[in-house]
Amino acid sequence: MIQLPCPWCGPRNVAEFRYSGEVTPRPDPATATPEQWRDYLYIRRNPSGWVDETWYHGTGCRRFIRVSRHTVSNEARPAVRTGTTAPVDVTSTDSGAPDAGGAR
Amino acid sequence: MTDQSVRAHPTATSSHRLQAQPGEVIDRTRSLRFTWNGRTFPAHPGDSIVSALAAGGERIFSRSFKYHRPRGILSADYHDPGTILQVDDEPNVRAAHRPVTDGIAVSSQNTWPSLRYDVKAANQLVGRFLAPGFYYKTFIKPERLWPAYEKVLARFAHAGRISPDTPHGYYDKRYAHPDVLVAGGGPAGMSAALAAARAGAGVLLVEEEHQLGGHLRRGGPDELAVLAELRAAVAAEPGIEVLTNSVALARYDDNWVPVVQRGLPGIPERLVKARVGTLVVAPGLIERPYVFAGNDVPGVMLSTAVRRLINLYAVRPGERAVVLTANAEGDAAAQDLRRAGVDVAAVVDARRGEDVVRVHGRSGVRAVELADGRKIEADLLVTATGWTAPTSLLNQSGARPVYLPRAARFTPGDGLPDEVMVAGGIAGDGDLDRLRTHAEAVGAEAARRAVVRRHAKLTAVPTRAGEAPAAPDGQPVAIPELGFDAHPELFRGRTHGMVDFSEDVSSKDIHSAVREGYDSVELLKRYTTVTMGPAQGKLETVNAVAVLAEATGSTIAETGTTVWRPMYTPPTLGALAGRIFEPVRHSPMQPAHDRLGAAPLVAGQWIRPDHYGDPAAEVRAVREAVGIIDVTPIGKLDLRGPDIPELLNLLYVNKWSKLEIGRVRYGVMCAEDGVVFDDGVTGRLADDHYLMSTTSSGAGAVWEWVENWLQTEHSPESATPWKVHVTPVTTAYASINVAGPRSRELMGRLVSGVDLSDEAFGYMNVRTGRVAGVDDCVLWRIGFTGELSYEVHVPAGYGLHVWEALLEHGRDLGVRPFGVEAQRILRLEKGHFIVGQDTDGLTKAYGAGLDPLVKLDKPDFVGKPELAWQHEHGAPSRLVGLQLVDGAVVPPEASQIVAARSDSGAYIGSGSAIRGRVTSSRMSPTLNRSVCLAQLDADLAEPGTTVTVRLPDGRHLPARVTEHHAHVDPAGERLRADAGVQVGPARDCGTPAARTALAPTGELPATVDGSGSLRITDAGPLAKVLVRAPHDGAIAAAIGVRFGRAARDADGALVVGSGPGEWLVLGGADGRDELVARLERLTDQPGEFASVVDLTHGRALLRLHGAATAAALAKVCAIDLSDDVTPNGAALRTSVAKVVTDVVRDDADGVPGYLLHCERSSGRYLFDALLDAGAEFGMDLDAHPMTTS
Ligand SMILES: [Zn+2]
Repeated sequence: MIQLPCPWCGPRNVAEFRYSGEVTPRPDPATATPEQWRDYLYIRRNPSGWVDETWYHGTGCRRFIRVSRHTVSNEARPAVRTGTTAPVDVTSTDSGAPDAGGAR
Repeated sequence: MTDQSVRAHPTATSSHRLQAQPGEVIDRTRSLRFTWNGRTFPAHPGDSIVSALAAGGERIFSRSFKYHRPRGILSADYHDPGTILQVDDEPNVRAAHRPVTDGIAVSSQNTWPSLRYDVKAANQLVGRFLAPGFYYKTFIKPERLWPAYEKVLARFAHAGRISPDTPHGYYDKRYAHPDVLVAGGGPAGMSAALAAARAGAGVLLVEEEHQLGGHLRRGGPDELAVLAELRAAVAAEPGIEVLTNSVALARYDDNWVPVVQRGLPGIPERLVKARVGTLVVAPGLIERPYVFAGNDVPGVMLSTAVRRLINLYAVRPGERAVVLTANAEGDAAAQDLRRAGVDVAAVVDARRGEDVVRVHGRSGVRAVELADGRKIEADLLVTATGWTAPTSLLNQSGARPVYLPRAARFTPGDGLPDEVMVAGGIAGDGDLDRLRTHAEAVGAEAARRAVVRRHAKLTAVPTRAGEAPAAPDGQPVAIPELGFDAHPELFRGRTHGMVDFSEDVSSKDIHSAVREGYDSVELLKRYTTVTMGPAQGKLETVNAVAVLAEATGSTIAETGTTVWRPMYTPPTLGALAGRIFEPVRHSPMQPAHDRLGAAPLVAGQWIRPDHYGDPAAEVRAVREAVGIIDVTPIGKLDLRGPDIPELLNLLYVNKWSKLEIGRVRYGVMCAEDGVVFDDGVTGRLADDHYLMSTTSSGAGAVWEWVENWLQTEHSPESATPWKVHVTPVTTAYASINVAGPRSRELMGRLVSGVDLSDEAFGYMNVRTGRVAGVDDCVLWRIGFTGELSYEVHVPAGYGLHVWEALLEHGRDLGVRPFGVEAQRILRLEKGHFIVGQDTDGLTKAYGAGLDPLVKLDKPDFVGKPELAWQHEHGAPSRLVGLQLVDGAVVPPEASQIVAARSDSGAYIGSGSAIRGRVTSSRMSPTLNRSVCLAQLDADLAEPGTTVTVRLPDGRHLPARVTEHHAHVDPAGERLRADAGVQVGPARDCGTPAARTALAPTGELPATVDGSGSLRITDAGPLAKVLVRAPHDGAIAAAIGVRFGRAARDADGALVVGSGPGEWLVLGGADGRDELVARLERLTDQPGEFASVVDLTHGRALLRLHGAATAAALAKVCAIDLSDDVTPNGAALRTSVAKVVTDVVRDDADGVPGYLLHCERSSGRYLFDALLDAGAEFGMDLDAHPMTTS
């Protein structure tokens, strides 16, 4: 079982979190076309590589967090607290998080 | 062996037992007895089953898988393929590993009628049917014979017998967080563990054998001296925890290593789930068999097996031996044999090009034919032809093994991550000193890396006391290079023989598979099943690759090898299942349901009364008099804050801006795709205080959904911040629905402070007041059943009191408890849909018939764009009321609706197309006919349309779409009924007594004996108040406790930083009101949004105290509870036995203690799980609940 670096609780087993999917901005429902709305509902990048995801730490701090995770290695960069305006920094490779896996 | 001979020789003797050996592991001062295929054998403690049998002269232990050839000892250890036996009820026991215990009955498997006269050995004569790939070739056609094939195949399998009466063992589980885990307790493993521990690491040392020592155990005086020294050093090192008879099964991402621990008293197997800082892989080397004709005849043994038999068990493995040796181990085996009095007839030295050609004999070695033409009479052939590196854990860490021809074995290869290291023979060769020096360097470096990781973890967790410590500054430890010694490449000799002893795959089979085109190692493996038996390739992989290389004319390096997947050795399914943690939830009224004989219904985690014997009578009581139902599982969310109307407008499809205080409204939530997600009523209790109800099953999801919006789109930092706090209070209230025409009369006898008249408290209103002497009850006037009804939410500790008062004071009114089944009938009669029952994952709001509710003129709500689209294009299907023309028939739910015709009788659409389904159906006791709800294609949904319902028995019955969803009282007159009866006054219902979750009737089970190392106390009576405020503002500063920590304030209350911007304050049982008032004053800061919610009734709280608390919690909790990560004063939320639990470390008098705190309804389950986890340490139960914090 991998661990996720909760920015509030520290590293925890992934079973404590619920996956909430790729970070997908909600279009303005007043102006979105049906196509734009359905892209928001159903279309994901699903890359082989780094992806920004939302996870819910339901068995911990009960915060929604943003995790930048590599879908091949499962390496996770230090996560970001949602609600803050700080963007997920996908360029940093200086992973200080324990058990983040390191470059493989 | 015939019956006659059993009688003639009732007990075998240890005729092959040697004089005492210096390294022997048997205790000759004590004797045991056991039976082998009905015959009694002696043994000593320390004997394996196989060593005791070998001491008694036994040579044949099983029949091989396909050809039923007799098989004896090969490796004399856990992996020995020929010695897998049945022990009592337990099949597939590795008998060369399992110690003898007194009185066990051991028998062979896969033999009929007996080990020596096996009729299936005739398969050797019909081997052509069992050629490689026979599974794929022989049993193909005709298909109707597949069941027969299965029976044939089953008889060939190794499987032992499982008795359905076998009692369930206690299979245990625990978590561990070692800095360093050393897999393998030989000299290298012990040296690495010692060096790691001395460098400050906590070490888990895991050894497969019953003692530490590895190959030293079978060695001579020099090795035994080193062994004694290392064992003493390990025993003296407090930083090392040793697990013997245990195996590191696998290595998963982030160094997650499952370890199976066997043979604990009363525990067949325990799975240790270890999150490891640095994994040191030191399994040593496994000796490889040699492939030649007759290499599986009993009496052909590996040199390590012979040395184990002689040196560990003092068993003479034969009388006259030939030794084929290519290395020092073989030379040592020859010496050991001579010392044991075995006549070593020839030593065949492969390093000089000498070789063995074949073995003569069928049930045992008779003679050995050498390459020089000699044929030597012997009953034992010992081979020492090389080693296999068990790179399992390395493969799983990302390394690809590399073949080194000079050393004739695979080496670990590159690709290991930083957190996995290797030591010992798997890493390279050298004398003992050199390997120990190397391992010590590896251990020290493993510790250094682990300390860096531990520091990073300490920095990341909020539970540590004070600031994070300074970063460790240790320099990397230089690890000396180990070389690889030259070893002749010996795999197959001049004849063909067995490659896979478990699966009966010979080198000839591999050659023929290659001729058929299966010439890659992965294909070959699957086609021939080579390496797929119980040994899982540990003995046979390299030989299989070598024979494949030989057959394809390539090199071993070109051929490659298969990758070892988990598990390294097979754990039992029991070990993988571990303790079964299946949380259940109970309402506070459960003792009453038990007493009333309720039939339990499992609904999600909840145990609910399905009925009390007669659901139809319960329905009639509600329609004609009054009934009460326990609806505690209904989700309840306490909402506080000025922006609640914004939130409700967003989440519900209908409008919420103008809900007055004292009013409730029904609402439906959809997901962003417009699909119906949940429904319920929400009432406004005060200006900025609402109570939202959800479906029972949707309670958790709706809470998370609300939090999602409040934490992301409308978080305090967003452009549109909303000031709303949501707190789940589902189990803070015991909820009772009082329904029926006489419900107002009954309520009047209990309620004070609320005018129950229709004018004062009309339909869809909410009031708070006193019920049966209990204050702070919330009363909704709503009507899921279609009758006049009140939903009473009582502070949960008083739930049982109010329930019993309702039954007592309603007796003359005809009150009856009713269960979920009656409620389902009542709501179906009334046509109320249930989300998930009458809707599915595609049902959008219009499809559920919610047209009047959906307000597309709202600027935004969740799912609006999809609903606008559906409104424009029409819903493909609709929810309708449906009645079969023959009202005596109840169509099973999910019955298909296949064809339809109009009133004129003309069919609409094709006759066999599925056009819908029955979603709910019951016999209505009120109407005396069946009633249904159904999903129907929109073109058939018009009232009056006749459709055809196809029953599972094939009957097609006509049914009619009804005017309304409601079958009973569609106008809704009953639930507004005002019988005009005299209401009240309230009667005296006695002084209510509050109960805790752990003691719902006021009594705890008495299990106190005062001797345990653990004490558990019910802290349920304590006041529990939840405070919410910005996590970094003035209020947070005034509270003075940060997230992750707990401390007592000046008034003695324990303040727990339970979440970011969330504090749980625990105070004395009698000071609740003052505590709430004090916290309200504390949080009254200008400019900050805060809330204070009393959860005293909503939570279960218990205290665990004693030296063994961390050890007991490690069985149910995956968190590292060590003193640096989780010191005194640490507070965290995690899973305990699968229940979301707040854990607060709260030591007393220097003895570790923890407060555990969860939702009230899970409290009793958590309590039971902790009793189970603590049992092995001795558990005392305090008779008196805690009343001060
Ligand atoms: Zn967290």
